[in-house]
Amino acid sequence: MNAPANLKYTKSDEWFDPATGAMGITDYAQSQLSDIVFVELLVDEGDTVEAGKPIASVESVKASAEIYASASGKVSAVNKGLSDKPETLNSDPFGEAWMIKVEGGSTGDVMDSAAYEKYCEERAH
Amino acid sequence: MTYIPISPKERDAMLSTIGVKSLDDLFDAIPAKHRFPKLDLPKALTEMEAMQELSDIAQANENVRGDLISFLGAGMYNHYIPSAVDHMLRRGEFYTAYTPYQPEISQGTLQAIFEYQSLMSALTGMDVSNASHYDGATATAEAVNLAYAQYRGKRKKVVVSPTLHPQYRAVIRTYTQGMELEVAGDDANTNLESNPNELINLVDDNTSIVIVQYPDFFGRVYDYTKLIEAVHAKGALVCVVANPTALAMYKTPGAMGADIVVGDGQPLGIPMWYGGPSVGFFTTRKNMVHKMAGRLVGETVDNRGQRSYVLTLTAREQHIKRERATSNICTNQGLIALGTAVYLSLLGKTGLRQVAELCYQKAHYAAKELSKIEGMGLCFTEPFFHEFALCVNRPVEEVNAHLLEHGILGGYDLGQDYPALKDHMLIAVTEMNSKEDIDALVEVLSEVSHD
Repeated sequence: MNAPANLKYTKSDEWFDPATGAMGITDYAQSQLSDIVFVELLVDEGDTVEAGKPIASVESVKASAEIYASASGKVSAVNKGLSDKPETLNSDPFGEAWMIKVEGGSTGDVMDSAAYEKYCEERAH
Repeated sequence: MTYIPISPKERDAMLSTIGVKSLDDLFDAIPAKHRFPKLDLPKALTEMEAMQELSDIAQANENVRGDLISFLGAGMYNHYIPSAVDHMLRRGEFYTAYTPYQPEISQGTLQAIFEYQSLMSALTGMDVSNASHYDGATATAEAVNLAYAQYRGKRKKVVVSPTLHPQYRAVIRTYTQGMELEVAGDDANTNLESNPNELINLVDDNTSIVIVQYPDFFGRVYDYTKLIEAVHAKGALVCVVANPTALAMYKTPGAMGADIVVGDGQPLGIPMWYGGPSVGFFTTRKNMVHKMAGRLVGETVDNRGQRSYVLTLTAREQHIKRERATSNICTNQGLIALGTAVYLSLLGKTGLRQVAELCYQKAHYAAKELSKIEGMGLCFTEPFFHEFALCVNRPVEEVNAHLLEHGILGGYDLGQDYPALKDHMLIAVTEMNSKEDIDALVEVLSEVSHD
């Protein structure tokens, strides 16, 4: 399972990039959801988000999930093109399929990539 | 699947687990004297006697297939139903089947729903149709739910035309209880002659949806294109509640730019029965399909490349999305929806247009003749389809009692819902009303006016 070393991870399978303030879902999350057919961002630019609160809703062919903020802060950007290309959540979850960016993001309870990889492996059994 | 009833041994094990001795102990809470009240029933009848009694009761009803000439509409319409519709509905494969829990095993049911969806999309001029709702009123209320979900609950106002069916408005109020929505425009004392474009004055940045009827409750036909443009400029959605028969001859709401088109499918080959069951159609734009309630059947190919049907985008539905779903209803009216699909398939594009034109022409003949009666007159001057408001200048109840004596079921009493329209009736004319029927109505009403 791919988990870049520069990112932080939540137990609910979201990532946060402390360098850019971006967040999204992990490779593990997209593989569990299978083909994602719909994504709706629930927050707009200028909103304040709180770690652990919903920022997006995604639907795959078989499941529906809420995506939670991996950090608190003021939303500085939202990935407006994402809803037209929900499949990028499957193909590039850490890159093109970022969801929102926050300013001065402070994370809640997060893991580094090594801990997150271990956490994913544990759940695979 | 074999049904295996409980064995005495299993029953005893269960009773001892919950700590009671017998089944009767479970009814201890009910006072003994109420447990087995004496029912005092008449002596049992034979099948032959029961059949006789039931048919005597049934014959006390007067129906529109022979007993009465009907000019009653107001949401349910008396149309001719080709006999093939009933024959298809009575086939066991359709008649007895509930939506299967492994739906793809029932390709016939899914194909029928897919055909229904395709027909409804074509009729309304929209991209996508769900597999149906209970009736037109509940489909309309689901449009409010869609708009609520589309704006994620941030827009709290719903604008409803006062000329939307009064019962539909009542169902919207019921559905939206507890949602903290403001329902504006729903005022029976409003000026009913005002142009629907004026609804825009009620629309603000907090409005999620505007709902209008086409033709409206009084049968009037308006082109809502300008209203829809103006509402879109305010960032809100527009739902058009349409009569499906009328759509065969008028511009479709899809062509006007509507976001949602709903309505009652009863005019499409479904009897009026006692006011239901019916079917509600719901169509929308592709970009809102994820917010649409209800089941949705799609066409695909199986692993052998053969055409096949599936339930698609099911993750929208409440059994998966739970409290985040648009609606807690994903039931459809499968059998009635099938009836409308059979009806539309039998009539085809030309046949349905002929039905609509007959309704239109006969209604206009009736309106012309009725307005000649001294002391009566048409209430509105706008173009209408197959229904119009007639001022009868005396209590409608009285007029209808008189009509009934002559075997005529009169119009809907508009004073019940609109105080300003006291002594007005809503008259519906369909292809089922012959010129003789209409002339009889005119004659009896002329007598009434001279009384």
